[in-house]
Amino acid sequence: MTATRALEVNDPALLSFAEEVGERDSGLVAVAGGRTRWGVGGALDPAARVLTAPTGIVDYVPDEMTVRVRAGTTVAELHAALAEQGQRTGLPERGGTVGGAVAVGENSMFVLGRGRVREAVLQVRYVSDQGRIITGGGPTVKNVTGFDIPRLMVGALGTLGCLAEFILRTNPIPALTRWLVSDNVDPFAILDTVLQPGAILWDGRQTWVQLEGHPPGVEAEQRRLEAIGSFTETKGPPETPTHRWSLKPSELADAAQFGDQPWLASIGVGTVWASQPQPHRPLDPGVQALTDRVSEQFDPANRLNPGRRPGVSNPTGGS
Amino acid sequence: MAGFLGSVRRRITPQGLRDAQQDAAADPVVRLLSDALSADRVRIDGAHRSLHGHDASVFDGGVSGPVCYPTSTEEVQAIMRIAKEHKRNIVPRGAGTGLAGGAIPLGAPIVVAVTKMNRILEVDVENRVAWVEPGVINLDLTKHLQPLGFHFAPDPSSQQVCTIGGNVANNSGGPHCLAYGVTNSHVLAIEVVLPSGDAVMLGGVDAEPAGLDLRGAFIGSEGTLGIATRVCVRLTPNPPAVKTLLLSFASIGDAASTVSSIIADGIVPAALEVMDQRITQAVENYVQAGYPTDAGAVLLAEVDGLAESIEVDAERIAQIGREQGALEVRVAADEAERAALWKGRKTAFGAVAQIAPDYYLHDTVVPRSALADVLEKVYEIAERHDLTVVNVFHAGDGNLHPLLAFDARKEGVLDRVHAAGAEILRVCLDAGGVLSGEHGIGLEKQKFMDEFFTDDDLEHQNRLRQSFDPGCRTNPGKVIPTGHSCADIAALKRVSNEVWV
Repeated sequence: MTATRALEVNDPALLSFAEEVGERDSGLVAVAGGRTRWGVGGALDPAARVLTAPTGIVDYVPDEMTVRVRAGTTVAELHAALAEQGQRTGLPERGGTVGGAVAVGENSMFVLGRGRVREAVLQVRYVSDQGRIITGGGPTVKNVTGFDIPRLMVGALGTLGCLAEFILRTNPIPALTRWLVSDNVDPFAILDTVLQPGAILWDGRQTWVQLEGHPPGVEAEQRRLEAIGSFTETKGPPETPTHRWSLKPSELADAAQFGDQPWLASIGVGTVWASQPQPHRPLDPGVQALTDRVSEQFDPANRLNPGRRPGVSNPTGGS
Repeated sequence: MAGFLGSVRRRITPQGLRDAQQDAAADPVVRLLSDALSADRVRIDGAHRSLHGHDASVFDGGVSGPVCYPTSTEEVQAIMRIAKEHKRNIVPRGAGTGLAGGAIPLGAPIVVAVTKMNRILEVDVENRVAWVEPGVINLDLTKHLQPLGFHFAPDPSSQQVCTIGGNVANNSGGPHCLAYGVTNSHVLAIEVVLPSGDAVMLGGVDAEPAGLDLRGAFIGSEGTLGIATRVCVRLTPNPPAVKTLLLSFASIGDAASTVSSIIADGIVPAALEVMDQRITQAVENYVQAGYPTDAGAVLLAEVDGLAESIEVDAERIAQIGREQGALEVRVAADEAERAALWKGRKTAFGAVAQIAPDYYLHDTVVPRSALADVLEKVYEIAERHDLTVVNVFHAGDGNLHPLLAFDARKEGVLDRVHAAGAEILRVCLDAGGVLSGEHGIGLEKQKFMDEFFTDDDLEHQNRLRQSFDPGCRTNPGKVIPTGHSCADIAALKRVSNEVWV
């Protein structure tokens, strides 16, 4: 046993957050971020004390392409600071906090170009059911030291620990971003035409494509697109309907299932923003049993964000 | 070479072997396994047990029980249920190329070798995924996908022999994971047989599978959470254009600072690999890859993607290299030259035999900005311990592979190798690094885990472990150090009398 541990925590902001969460006998606690996805995973037990996570960018070294940020920081504040150095993360920009984005785990609309939320988290710090600060993962861009606790925390809705701080991977913002729209292209042919689009969105009538990269690359991709349809430049993506569906990319072709109200599908990804909720998809009983065992191990008293259940459909929707 | 487990290694005499085989034949568990699979796929002979007592690491002393070769999920489930019923431990195994001792069996467990589960089940181009069995060899999968315009992105140096199941267990990387990401980014779903014998599908092909990311938690768990029986991998489109640059420098420090400058410039190359002079000379002598042997270090930089874009990046990398004092900047003229350069890089560890008969390959990651400083200290540590060190590594993500070359026949050399290795690890941790970038913890680095994590951190890792494997029977004694884990390594080293060896 050694005296110093590389991951020992001495940040007063985290230590006081841990005190607020308290030990196992301190009752039910929940953490609120921007409340942009407050209904995801079921209603919060009203008996829970609602806390907010510590805020602030702790350490940002652009050359390392990593940033250490406390969970209560808004994604907007984080991305504004990163943009000054020409960088960004894979987190969705939808008004909430970094902790909320990780807890909910919904990917950004630009997942093809920026990657998934789960790929952005290199290290996580959370307060356990016993009020202890736990670190999983590590500070470097590549790491297989121990079990992959960060992956477990993404999308867990704070039920396994109250998220306190992250080290996130950053990515360079490409030199040029261009949005194109077409009303006569086959949306499913685009992935075979363009190497790495940022997004391909289809509403049944029109198709939007985001191209990113060096200007000569973007120009060349646009020329290739123009060989399979007519495109015009546009400002950005259309508005997204409220409810979020998760399908296989191949299932998007069957547009009748989204109903006759407006919808928008992310081609190559499988996300659909629809006007009605996705039919309920229960977890496989074996996976549910395993999930219950994980929950029982990490929070036997069920005191962390009680009422939330990862995998339960989102009753209030959200884009 | 004797590792720290050397003390439990049994010398097997011909008579002892015959006795052991008779014991094994009488073992009711072996009969049950043979009934569940077939007699020829449950091996108890000395050759099999000896072979499966090792992996590619320096550690010996592993003792294998019956070696099973299942061919289906149902057979893996049957093995797990027999093991559970008879309270036997299980060690999953792919090709055995691991370097951290993760597949070494402790205490004569049932070894489950997935090498006969080697079918590519389905290539689903529409969803850009392929379903494969865990015994499929990494490079075989890529070769299968090539004509369709895709490949499997993780490309560890062992890719000609290592399995997809092993890649999942170790969250494997490789030179090209700098731009493409490690195995976790390329596996969407895994069918896992849990220690209970139940099979579950973790993850999915849909955009955002519901529930906890148990898929993510399983990847990199080094065979301690169950056995992967089907893996859904992402297909990565082959880049239409590739450019490989060779930059040579007077010193490894110059090469390292060039790497930092390239990343700082906002370029994410497909690969950024550095080799020092000693290994460059050995490689050149071995495969004539075309490396300059008079330079202090070479940097292999590869950019891939759109022809129009990589032109911009390649020019910028060349410019940064010159600013950092590159002696030479060469762009591979054709595919043959590019292939030769990569062959040199990927056979580097084989070339070490010219320097010394034995080697110990380390694997750590440090912040990129610390590369030059840490490398200087690594050379200093090796010199102080009178050892030869060569450095060939994934510089782009700060993933160092200091390789200590030595002759194990010389007295006392092993103690020096272990002492130097421990010092190197501590230098990396002090620089803000981690214990392993791609080889894993296995047996090798357990004893360093509590220099990195706190007791509370390790207790939480064990919570994850317990939720999958409450009996702690799947690859016990790995990853989490004794005292924090459900497994007691000392007990595993003492092979029980009831278990034949």
